[in-house]
Amino acid sequence: MAKKQVVSTTINGQQEEFLCEPRQTLLEVLRDVLDMTGTKEGCSNGNCGACTVLLNGRPIDSCLVLAVEVEGAEIETIEGVAPAGGLHPLQTAFLEQAALQCGICTPGFIMQAKALLEQKPNPTEREIRFYLAGNLCRCTGYDKIVRAVQQAATAQQEVQV
Amino acid sequence: MRDFDYAAPESVQQAVQLLSQANGSGRPLAGGTDLIDQVRMRRHEPDLIVDIKRIPELNVLEIGADGFRLGAAVPCWKITSNEDISRQYTALGDSCSIIGGVQIQNRASVGGNLCNSGPAADSIPSLIALEAVCVIMGPDGQREVPVAEFCTGPSTNVLKPGELLVELRFPPRPAHSGSHYRRFIPRNEMDIAVVGVGVSVVLDESGENFVSGRISLGAVAAKPLFAEEASSLLAGRPVNDETLAAAAAAARAIATPIDDMRGTVEFRQHVTGVLTERVLQRAIERARSGEPGSLHP
Amino acid sequence: MATVDKPQSATADAGARDYKVIGTRPIRHDGVDKVTGRARYGADIALTGMLHGAVLRSPHAHAKILSIDTSAAKKLPGVRAVVTHADLPDVASKVADLGEGMFDLRDLSRNVLAHDKVLYRGHAVAAVAADNVHIADEALRLIEVKYEVLTPVMDVVEAMQDGAPILHDDLRTEGFVSSDDAADKPTNIAKVFLHEKGNLEQGFAEADLVIEREIRTATVHQGYIEPHNATVHWNADGQITCWISTQGSFVVREQLAGLLQVPVSRVRVIPMEIGGGFGGKIPVYMAPAAAIMSKMTGRPVKMIMDRAAVLEATGPTPGSCVRVKLGVKSDGTIVAGDAWIAFEAGAFPGSPVPAGCMCVFACYDVPNGRVQGFDVVLNRPATKAYRAPGATQVAMATETVIDEICEQLKLDPLEFRLKNGAREGTRRVDGPVFARIGMLETVKAIRDSEHWQSTLDGKWRGRGVASGYWFNAGLKSAVTASVNADGRVSMLEGSTDIGGSRASISMMLAETLGIGAEDITPAVVDTDSIGYTDVTGGSRVTYATGWAAYEAGLDIQRQMCERAASIWDCDSKDVTFAAGTISGPEGKSFSFKELAQKVQSSGDPVIGRGVSDHNEPGGAFATHCVDVEVDPETGKVTILRYTAAQDVGTAIHPAYVEGQIQGGTVQGIGWAINEEYFYDKEGRMRNASLLDYRMPTCYDLPMIDALIVEVPNPGHPYGVRGVGEVPIVPPPAALANAIHAATGIRMTSLPMSPPKVLHELLKARAASGNGK
Repeated sequence: MAKKQVVSTTINGQQEEFLCEPRQTLLEVLRDVLDMTGTKEGCSNGNCGACTVLLNGRPIDSCLVLAVEVEGAEIETIEGVAPAGGLHPLQTAFLEQAALQCGICTPGFIMQAKALLEQKPNPTEREIRFYLAGNLCRCTGYDKIVRAVQQAATAQQEVQV
Repeated sequence: MRDFDYAAPESVQQAVQLLSQANGSGRPLAGGTDLIDQVRMRRHEPDLIVDIKRIPELNVLEIGADGFRLGAAVPCWKITSNEDISRQYTALGDSCSIIGGVQIQNRASVGGNLCNSGPAADSIPSLIALEAVCVIMGPDGQREVPVAEFCTGPSTNVLKPGELLVELRFPPRPAHSGSHYRRFIPRNEMDIAVVGVGVSVVLDESGENFVSGRISLGAVAAKPLFAEEASSLLAGRPVNDETLAAAAAAARAIATPIDDMRGTVEFRQHVTGVLTERVLQRAIERARSGEPGSLHP
Repeated sequence: MATVDKPQSATADAGARDYKVIGTRPIRHDGVDKVTGRARYGADIALTGMLHGAVLRSPHAHAKILSIDTSAAKKLPGVRAVVTHADLPDVASKVADLGEGMFDLRDLSRNVLAHDKVLYRGHAVAAVAADNVHIADEALRLIEVKYEVLTPVMDVVEAMQDGAPILHDDLRTEGFVSSDDAADKPTNIAKVFLHEKGNLEQGFAEADLVIEREIRTATVHQGYIEPHNATVHWNADGQITCWISTQGSFVVREQLAGLLQVPVSRVRVIPMEIGGGFGGKIPVYMAPAAAIMSKMTGRPVKMIMDRAAVLEATGPTPGSCVRVKLGVKSDGTIVAGDAWIAFEAGAFPGSPVPAGCMCVFACYDVPNGRVQGFDVVLNRPATKAYRAPGATQVAMATETVIDEICEQLKLDPLEFRLKNGAREGTRRVDGPVFARIGMLETVKAIRDSEHWQSTLDGKWRGRGVASGYWFNAGLKSAVTASVNADGRVSMLEGSTDIGGSRASISMMLAETLGIGAEDITPAVVDTDSIGYTDVTGGSRVTYATGWAAYEAGLDIQRQMCERAASIWDCDSKDVTFAAGTISGPEGKSFSFKELAQKVQSSGDPVIGRGVSDHNEPGGAFATHCVDVEVDPETGKVTILRYTAAQDVGTAIHPAYVEGQIQGGTVQGIGWAINEEYFYDKEGRMRNASLLDYRMPTCYDLPMIDALIVEVPNPGHPYGVRGVGEVPIVPPPAALANAIHAATGIRMTSLPMSPPKVLHELLKARAASGNGK
């Protein structure tokens, strides 16, 4: 059995150290070792985006990252999105637009959309759809998700003005 | 997942040594988007995974008068967000903007895509069209292999146990050149190419004649193909429908696809011709305008 | 029978009904937990001492199991238990007791862990519980199974032929069997169904035009994003607790009790949040094995299915072969319809072919009709419910034949539907007579839509329409609700919430009590904490659990009136409850909140109880309109615009009603264009991943315009009809009709994927001498 390794990383702004086997993915460590179950597993093949987290600011599928790889990295998960006592504009928009039904894909979509808005504060519908293509939702038909991202973009712009 | 050891060396020498000692049961890890899934699905059963992302040589991204050097571990997003590459080596930018979704592009490397050697790999036709050369380091030293000769079959290539792809080298782009990669997929994203075509063309100053061209095909044979005859049919010919049709027919003639869950023989052959023409047209537009335009089609 | 305290209007104007809460769009009660990652789904459970399980699955589509040797796996350090079918109780004798048409316990037991044969690739053969999932996975490779590989049969028509490989030696055809076939011989045809109305022969004799087509549809999966999971603890006192993602905690309880041979009250099922179901999360898969391994070890056992197994081994919806023949007069009046419907049941009998038979002509008044259905087993996973089970397959046939009739007779397809569409009083071929329904209203909504009124220009573009029907279900639900001292109400229900039903049910309780939706605190609770409640399925939750909530509200109204009477010292008959105000004699009144504050100091707690078991769910109809563009050189279909009109009865929470319409439509689009189970000759699924099983991404779609049509259901206090299922029914046919309009080719098989469309285009081109 391969030796467990200590990994030091920053998760949602907090220094974290954890012990893991090389074969454990970041997704598995987040969920089973660190009890951060907001990040979801949908396929474990990088095809559904449910496990999307930000690694050094960029969205990735955490099922396709070994936990040992994140030594020294910064990670942001759904648990770190909302400010204390409130919600992120994307979270508010998802609620107001009814952009979730079962909700299992929602954390992944919010992480992906957050990265999009950080990169492109005012995306077109086509840009939103392209950027979110790695996230599958089977309930909504995406219509309300796209609208929620549009609403959040507008809300964020208004805050900045 | 199967049990394995993990190492993250910081030099090419250490990596080569680790891989050599592993005696064929070591696998290099760059973005992991193929490898981790394959280990999970037991298509590979490595005892050692060598993370190569901490090696400086594998992170090189240099573009200049001598051409373009691309470290084997550089992720796709660094390529698509580099304006010089998008302008000059546009086909590679096209490829990197459609491999998987955004999450995959943030991890996956061109080097990994090449070493995975899938017949439908989206970057390889672009590498062949752009005349990239592999720089390989092994226990016996360094060697260079043109990408067109790198793959040997589905998921197989010329790398010997202990060898590591260090970087890809591209010659400088001539004036009035343009390139494009496009694939056919049933969805608009998140699919494996059913047919992929990479093209590079060089036009004369008038923009009305081909000086030369390179056409490469993916997903229509056991490995990505350099369409030599189709390419030669462009050189010195006028840019017109007839030339394009002749090249497309020649490209189609070398396609030896299979029926599978992604497409039929009939479909792949027909679409090889169709895509070759469409991709040539876009590459010509780029050569004429000098503007790459939008990366994803 | 409950009375309705609000006048109902049959107009499509929701505003006319003076509802305060119904028809508004409050934030769903479970919303914050779901956008922050705090909601607990099945896979999120972690218990002290918990073991992790994994399942060994058959590599063969059809084989006899000669032996299973688990000794090496048991010796692997960290492995705590290994089970095979031999460890499950024999349940053969319980078939009749637990059948009730819901599930055959013996088949279920053999699906959970294969008995003497594996019947499809991915069929569970053994399971392991270990200290972690990686060890469990390693242990699977140490289990040695010897198989005698048999020839599989993968196609429904082939499986019906004499001489086809037989799955079950003891299976005999039930139902309407002609005397020639009645011989006592093994077969794959499990059951034959027959419905007749009028005089078929005479009807076709009157027809001026008869068109008959055969349509094939592929096996497709529900595609929920959350894989199946189950965590079970078999306590030393014999009490079994199961934490699971399910559409029906009580049905899981019943299945587990039956499979494990324990009384139902020994099993407590705790429904976790569920990441999609669409019909596929009703049966149990891993929970029985987890239970046995928990009993063996005394520790909880958690199992999570991987995505390949979800596709290969859980119930998709059947592929089919459907022949529809319709006869019409030259003015377009339907005079006769004949349908022959064969569904792939998968490895065990029980496809939704009965529902398909009842839906095939349900949108229309067919005076003379015959429908035959065949439930056929073959070497694919046992099919299960998927959104309007059986209706989409048959609509693809009927609605494309109608399009061809309209083309030949040069009739407007919407006018054809207005002429022939089912209405109140229309009798279906299978017997029932429709009450007030909204088929025609959905057609008119499309006819009047900006989409239909717009022109579609451009080469290789076309517009198609299609309609669809689904029954909706009623069944049993229970709700209890307690009035709190601050005037808010805590509501308990047993319907797992897949798409915002906590909100819609709370809204009906709030409407009944004259308080706000936000004044209700809903909770979905376990099987020990609420009365029996049927599955979240059949588009029944808002209808039936909503009705139970309404009844609980009436019960609270009554108790609050009694309490006010006791405070005012008057006869409770003199106290009335209306719009949240309790009024007594001499102008005395309390608001709901005022009285709630006095509940604790004035007597017993006020707890409302509501149950429902009604079966007038009101059929749902939908008519869809789609514009497509087809690439003539690749066969790829791009959807330019999509409008879906649906009669929803009353839209309780319009945003989630639209969401059901949009989501169902997109599943239908996936079914139409790209989704399919792709098997090789050996019966191995070649696309068992979300990469190659191509569900639509958001980059493949436009916005989906949902037109809500409200024809209130007279069989519900708030006029609710089920909403969730019917939107999946029209899309494949609507797209096929649009592809025809764009290209002139008629697609007769799903999916209409690029290789198949291109093949037809090239064939047509060659036939017209224009081959390239």
